[in-house]
Amino acid sequence: LDYQHVQVPFEITLWIMLASLAKIGFHLYNKLPSVVPESCLLIFVGLIMGGIIYGLNDRSPPVMDSDIFFLYLLPPIVLDAGYFMPSRPFFENIGTILLYAVVGTIWNVFGIGFSLYGICQVKAFRLQDVSLLHNLLFGSLIAAVDPVAVLAVFEEIHVNEKLHILVFGESLLNDAVTVVLYKLFRSFCEMPTIKSVDVFAGIGKFFVVGLGGVLVGLSFGFTAAFTTRFTKDIRVIEPLFVFLYSYLSYLTAEMFHLSGIVAIISCAMGMKRYVEANISLKSHTTVKYFMKMWSSVSDTLIFIFLGVSTIGENHEWNWPYICFTVIFCLIWRALGVLVLTFFVNRFHVNTITSKDQFIIAYGGLRGAICFSLVFLLPDFHRKKLFIAATTVVILFTVFIQGMTIRPLVDLLAVKRKRESAPTVGEQIHIRFLDHLLAGIEDISGHWGQYYWKDKLEYFNSKYLQKILLREYDQPKSSIVLLYEKLERKHAIELAQAGQLGHGPAHPSFLCSAFLCSSSDRTVITDQKLEDTLNPDVLDNMQEILARNLYRIRRTGPAYNRHTLPGDSEPTEQAKEILILRHKSL
Amino acid sequence: SVSHSQITRLYSRFTSLDKGENGPLSREDFQRIPELAINPLGDRIINAFFPEGEDQVNFRGFMRTLAHFRPIEDNEKSKDQNGPEPLNSRSNKLHFAFRLYDLDKDDKISRDELLQVLRMMVGVNISDEQLGSIADRTIQEADQDGDSAISFAEFVKVLEKVDVEQKMSIRFLH
Repeated sequence: LDYQHVQVPFEITLWIMLASLAKIGFHLYNKLPSVVPESCLLIFVGLIMGGIIYGLNDRSPPVMDSDIFFLYLLPPIVLDAGYFMPSRPFFENIGTILLYAVVGTIWNVFGIGFSLYGICQVKAFRLQDVSLLHNLLFGSLIAAVDPVAVLAVFEEIHVNEKLHILVFGESLLNDAVTVVLYKLFRSFCEMPTIKSVDVFAGIGKFFVVGLGGVLVGLSFGFTAAFTTRFTKDIRVIEPLFVFLYSYLSYLTAEMFHLSGIVAIISCAMGMKRYVEANISLKSHTTVKYFMKMWSSVSDTLIFIFLGVSTIGENHEWNWPYICFTVIFCLIWRALGVLVLTFFVNRFHVNTITSKDQFIIAYGGLRGAICFSLVFLLPDFHRKKLFIAATTVVILFTVFIQGMTIRPLVDLLAVKRKRESAPTVGEQIHIRFLDHLLAGIEDISGHWGQYYWKDKLEYFNSKYLQKILLREYDQPKSSIVLLYEKLERKHAIELAQAGQLGHGPAHPSFLCSAFLCSSSDRTVITDQKLEDTLNPDVLDNMQEILARNLYRIRRTGPAYNRHTLPGDSEPTEQAKEILILRHKSL
Repeated sequence: SVSHSQITRLYSRFTSLDKGENGPLSREDFQRIPELAINPLGDRIINAFFPEGEDQVNFRGFMRTLAHFRPIEDNEKSKDQNGPEPLNSRSNKLHFAFRLYDLDKDDKISRDELLQVLRMMVGVNISDEQLGSIADRTIQEADQDGDSAISFAEFVKVLEKVDVEQKMSIRFLH
């Protein structure tokens, strides 16, 4: 047996295999993901694995190496998030997102740090040797909301697009703040005295880290777009460029102590439109599939390792400290959201309702980033205390908050709807008005940042497109491409059916199955008025309408971890509408 | 009246829709908006901008149609009741929506007109019979004078519980 020779790749492959098999297992049993979020189940699997390893080896299982996490496991997830980030809602809400990410995180860090320091002063807890600086350092790593955990849980609860993008955007962008504060406090720990100059240097560093990350990302993104301009003859390796350039941007940013997450997101968002216009359709599909695959695997592995690393002798269980950490995390997050939302609502007419605020506050989950950061702490005698506290906070947020957020959301939603049910007419007319308003909004192009979008579009069309695109056509939206495809397909079908000039008034090839089945039921030709008053018929109608009326856009999240864009319901709806309108022309 | 900055913004939108012609907008200019192509009521909304029988709309007409969708300010409610009703009053907003249903302009939404709109708004899984009974039910709920059609007054009555001001207003950022 030559195990030593293949050990490392063999073990890696086995872990990935375990992760994938676990995923299959969860989805085989349909009801489970709706009750317990997948992340919880994965941590549970990790706990079992950790227990097994501990039992077999009688020592702590391999702790998730921070390098592996930050260099290999985190980038695919963030790349996936950044590439498929719906840019319109993101930029519409960018002010709010930045406010939550920057100010909110700073508020949380200092709040948690100072209150924990207050707790340490209590003599009974035997915590007096934990200094203020240590507490602030701990606060800086525990305060940040984690994108991996947020994504995993928000998928199960269907919130509206704006809310989704707020929490999600915040979890991605607060990385810049976390990086700066963490490194700042860590260097303060090592310095004998701290002068105010150092504090100001820290504030300045924040801007450098954030903006530097964006610059690095954009430059790699545009280079990627430029490269794909010339790949016409070697289509096969086109997808590789997308991944290589994004990963390089992440690594370069990390090398310069800038925020890697911000860099990779700006890279993905910057290169997306040009790369998609330049590469072939098949390469495009490949890119999408690979991104989803890698991010899925990473995500699963992270949670499993989280579970594995929990078992072991790395912890010092000082329960008062741990409990107060959890409590303070919740309190400060809630307070922060309340105060910030108050300011946001003063400046915007689209208010964030209190139900939304609850979801934002309660959905502030911590995850693997905190976990890795705590292992990166320099070894001092209280490190194990912090590790234990971090573990408990993460398990608490993922398990308890993750599992209860959905029932709580449903409970809140149900409370509002306790008014009388709308009549059939109301239902129809309300949806009619919603579509009308959506159309008028699209025509008036009214989104507040339209001014900047216009400027950007102008810059784009005059300079960027000429440099970065292979052909100078207007990059067409996917809907326009779909429409053209339908035209061609329809023309071919009509020609084949010999029916040019005599189209059916009703999309019969779509409905023929349903029409056949409906003719089996007794068709009531003379509608008696009493029949329509029948409550059963009425309920049936309302239910039919609720299911079948086309939805206005913006009622669901545009980003989904597990499905490719283009496979989801809004796109199906869009295709149906296009086909119907095409028939009626 | 609309504020100066809003007018400037809408004018820049008007010119950006008008690809290169620097004149009135035609139907093709509207159809180029991708989100409108997948709006079930897209064609009817576009038609609402064009006055009777014409194929072009100038900026004044554009603004006039959009003016229906201004939010109702509180200080306007207490204004002089004797002046002409502003375009964005609740009644005028509802009248705008009514005109989108009522294609033949006889001030009534007949069963056929309702069926046409319904067919545009629902998916392909509803049969004609089901849609017919839904339309009948809608008319029956609203109809008070027994003519099997929905007049404007009846339309207003159906929507009396709905916050039309909010549903038909574009919120501009301050």
